[in-house]
Amino acid sequence: MVILDLELDAMAITGDSRSQFHVLAVDDSLIDRKLIERLLKTSSYQVTTVDSGSKALKFLGLQEDEQSNPDTPFGSPNNHQEVEVNLIITDYCMPGMTGYDLLKKVKESSSLRNIPVVIMSSENVPSRITRCLEEGAEEFFLKPVRLSDLNRLKPHMMKTKIKNQKQEEQELEISEIQSDEQQQPVQLPSSQPQPESQPQPQPPALLLQHNNNKRKALEEGLSPDRTRPRYNGIPTMV
Amino acid sequence: MLGWGVDRLRADMSRLLAILFHQGVLDEQFLQLQQLQDESSPNFVSECKTDGYCDCRLDREFSDYKKMGIHLNQFMGSSSSIGANRVRNVCVAFRAASEQNNRAGCLRALELLEHEYCYLKNKLHELFQMEQQRVLAAGARYPLQQH
Repeated sequence: MVILDLELDAMAITGDSRSQFHVLAVDDSLIDRKLIERLLKTSSYQVTTVDSGSKALKFLGLQEDEQSNPDTPFGSPNNHQEVEVNLIITDYCMPGMTGYDLLKKVKESSSLRNIPVVIMSSENVPSRITRCLEEGAEEFFLKPVRLSDLNRLKPHMMKTKIKNQKQEEQELEISEIQSDEQQQPVQLPSSQPQPESQPQPQPPALLLQHNNNKRKALEEGLSPDRTRPRYNGIPTMV
Repeated sequence: MLGWGVDRLRADMSRLLAILFHQGVLDEQFLQLQQLQDESSPNFVSECKTDGYCDCRLDREFSDYKKMGIHLNQFMGSSSSIGANRVRNVCVAFRAASEQNNRAGCLRALELLEHEYCYLKNKLHELFQMEQQRVLAAGARYPLQQH
């Protein structure tokens, strides 16, 4: 069930991938913003451009002085974030918050750290490049950026998208298993009397049958019925 | 005939571009810009040149070298992004002079920069006008093909 879904999603991704990817481009230079926007659109990505690091953080739903949100350990988007961003590409030299500062803030945030970050710079300074890569930047592009440079972006975006989907599937699976355990006490080795061995009135029998069917469905790898019946009001034992 | 006009305009543009490349006024980045231009954004190149490029305010008194350095960096970056090769090179020299607090050098560099920038602006304007004329001529050609 889960594996099949992932394969279908992967096919969807490779088939019509790039229009699903949204890139946030950060640069204080108007010309460079226009240029990077044109390059990204030509590569069929969705683009949002901002002219500063602080505006980028605002767009991502993280205020400059806000602490990273500890409630989102799986890296899912912050509550404030309206749109999903699949990659951030930023100029290094900007007044106020540099691209390096922005990179650090993103990587320090539990909600944003999974977003790949790419740095651009017109200056070829090896120590600068090293520092950015060490801080977690995926790539470092020298300006002027070319169309061919953007081909290196896709693997980073796909890796994150698949990772996020896997995490979501895992979360769903875990929550399903957990609620199964709550509703099928028969499965736990315990001193509780086994309902199957006692003569049961109708509701529990139906209940049992449904449970068995569901277990079989899981084992066979079919998608279980999402609208799980609530067992709370039904007595399991007489 | 209008068809002849279109071809001649195209030839004139190619010639002008070739000259500019030969002179080092423009470099390969300009070609990249042209390739990005298409039906969906036909004015991309001219937008680049006019919107962001003219924002260069240089303090003639050179009272604040640091601020000048920042402006120069930005101007240099923009020049490099649109393929304005000679302008960028002058900026490099200009920046070197300002880092050394070399007033005479800065003055000379500023003169050169203004000259190069003016020349580039005029040539790009010429190119843009030719392009517009070519588009108009090409559009007017088709109704006459019925004859």
